[in-house]
Amino acid sequence: MSAYEISLLSVVGINVILAVSLNLISGFCGQISLGHGAFYGAGAYAAALTAVATHNLVLALVAGAVVGSLLGIIVGFASLRVRSDFLAVTTIGVNFLFTGFVRKQSWLGGEMGISSIPPSGLGATGNMVLILACALITIALSLYINKSWMGFTFRAVGEDEDAAATLAVNVASYKLAAFGIGTALAGLAGGLYAYFTQFITADAFDFVVSVMLLAMVVIGGIGSTWGVAVAAVVLTLLPEAIRFLNDYRLLVFGGLLVLMIRLAPGGMAGLFKQLVWRSAKP
Amino acid sequence: MSAVLAVQAASIRFGGVQALQEASLRVEPGEFVGLIGPNGAGKTTLLRVITGILRPDTGHVLLRGADVTHQSTAARVRQGLALTHQIVRPFRSMTVLDNVVLAAGYHRTSGPLHALFNVSRGSETERAMAILGKVGLGGSERKLADALPLGQLKRLELARALALEPSVLLLDEPLAGLNHTEALQQADTIAAVNAESTTVILVEHNLEQVMRVCRRIAVLNAGAIVSDGAPAQVMADPIVREAYVGDGVVAHADA
Ligand SMILES: Nc1ncnc2c1ncn2[C@@H]1O[C@H](COP(=O)(O)OP(=O)(O)O)[C@@H](O)[C@H]1O
Ligand SMILES: [Mg+2]
Repeated sequence: MSAYEISLLSVVGINVILAVSLNLISGFCGQISLGHGAFYGAGAYAAALTAVATHNLVLALVAGAVVGSLLGIIVGFASLRVRSDFLAVTTIGVNFLFTGFVRKQSWLGGEMGISSIPPSGLGATGNMVLILACALITIALSLYINKSWMGFTFRAVGEDEDAAATLAVNVASYKLAAFGIGTALAGLAGGLYAYFTQFITADAFDFVVSVMLLAMVVIGGIGSTWGVAVAAVVLTLLPEAIRFLNDYRLLVFGGLLVLMIRLAPGGMAGLFKQLVWRSAKP
Repeated sequence: MSAVLAVQAASIRFGGVQALQEASLRVEPGEFVGLIGPNGAGKTTLLRVITGILRPDTGHVLLRGADVTHQSTAARVRQGLALTHQIVRPFRSMTVLDNVVLAAGYHRTSGPLHALFNVSRGSETERAMAILGKVGLGGSERKLADALPLGQLKRLELARALALEPSVLLLDEPLAGLNHTEALQQADTIAAVNAESTTVILVEHNLEQVMRVCRRIAVLNAGAIVSDGAPAQVMADPIVREAYVGDGVVAHADA
């Protein structure tokens, strides 16, 4: 494998973790978040600082997941106060606050970011294998949650939280769980990214990333783990194949997002199901 | 102190509307109470205050003597309350069966972590199937809730409430939208539930069925209970007739 391919697969793996974890929050539990980049970034910075201080890979990744999750639970508390359409706006705010904050902090490297992140010791191929393994574990976890009573209850909360409450569901605790788990995985992805590039700045976690991730979720099919994972792969590779797309990422992903919501709210997974259903009919 | 449910002087105001005005109600275990009153009297609001969907501005709600006024809806449901909504609230993207299974699995959904480590739906599915049969939805289990007509969604609402194994069942117009035969059946189903020692409060405009199945009737007017007692006695109460003037409902009940 060329260095380019290894690096591309690493990015694909990280985006799969991010999109599938966002799907836990926005797809399963119906809490539309346009700030996933902030949790990703919080994890990356936490892991980077821990890596610099301890040179311990496991510790750094755990720190990334924990800090991502802590920030996620704080934002989750906000989600208890606002209706879902406002949550989208609130999370956009969180993302801008995060990047704005990081750029001003000298202990986080300010505009220059953190460039002295020690290597993981696994080499580029080892990093890639670790990232892909984490992506597979994330997919497996998502599939399991969807089968469990937690996923079942998430769907109820996502569809009608008042109705869920009358069926004995403590809506607040389920929303917090969705945020806690989803953002822990985003933080983990941030840690993996920090080791992958060994150099992070706030730009890597800005609002455009959040839009791209939500586009992956919506295009893949809200709530469908496999659909979202496939969309993450395709939408990561597409801008690589068609270079000029990269310069218009916000426009392209934002446009796709709106188009998909208007034309096929079930996403690719929904279209696929319809296709199978039609061809199964005599 | 033997009341299973007590509302003590509950008041709530929406802008200019005093929806409840020191409404009080005591219900003993096993009772079957019809709660009637003209449109806008505050019946739905009272049920919402009891279940905690709304908090009263003043007053208290007691379950088996314990004050639950500041508890969440889910916490109250876990103590034996169940409510069917006047405006049906099914999970439309789920099957009819899943709607009921979720309610039947209330033991498994007590907390997210507990729910995460539970996968099996066997016993809940069995129980949900039995309940769906009981309310007359047998055969519709695999349909999407979205595909059901209103009359059947009313039954689904009842099925979900029953799956919670409530000790106090609050029903908000469960017969509305049903034809005469369906209403009769549904009322019988509710009466059978009450006969199995579930306390029932039935809000209903179908006075014919209320008079037939309830053993006590409370009348709400302008946010306050204005009459309460045995059905015949309440219907003869001049205050009740006055409350309904222009509503034409009592005339219908006499017919
Ligand atoms: N959420 C609300 N906001 C404003 N007004 C409300 C609300 N809920 C009920 N009301 C008002 O309170 C009064 C009682 O309503 P409701 O309890 O639905 O009556 P009923 O169920 O007896 O027909 C009505 O005047 C209604 O318009
Ligand atoms: Mg009403």
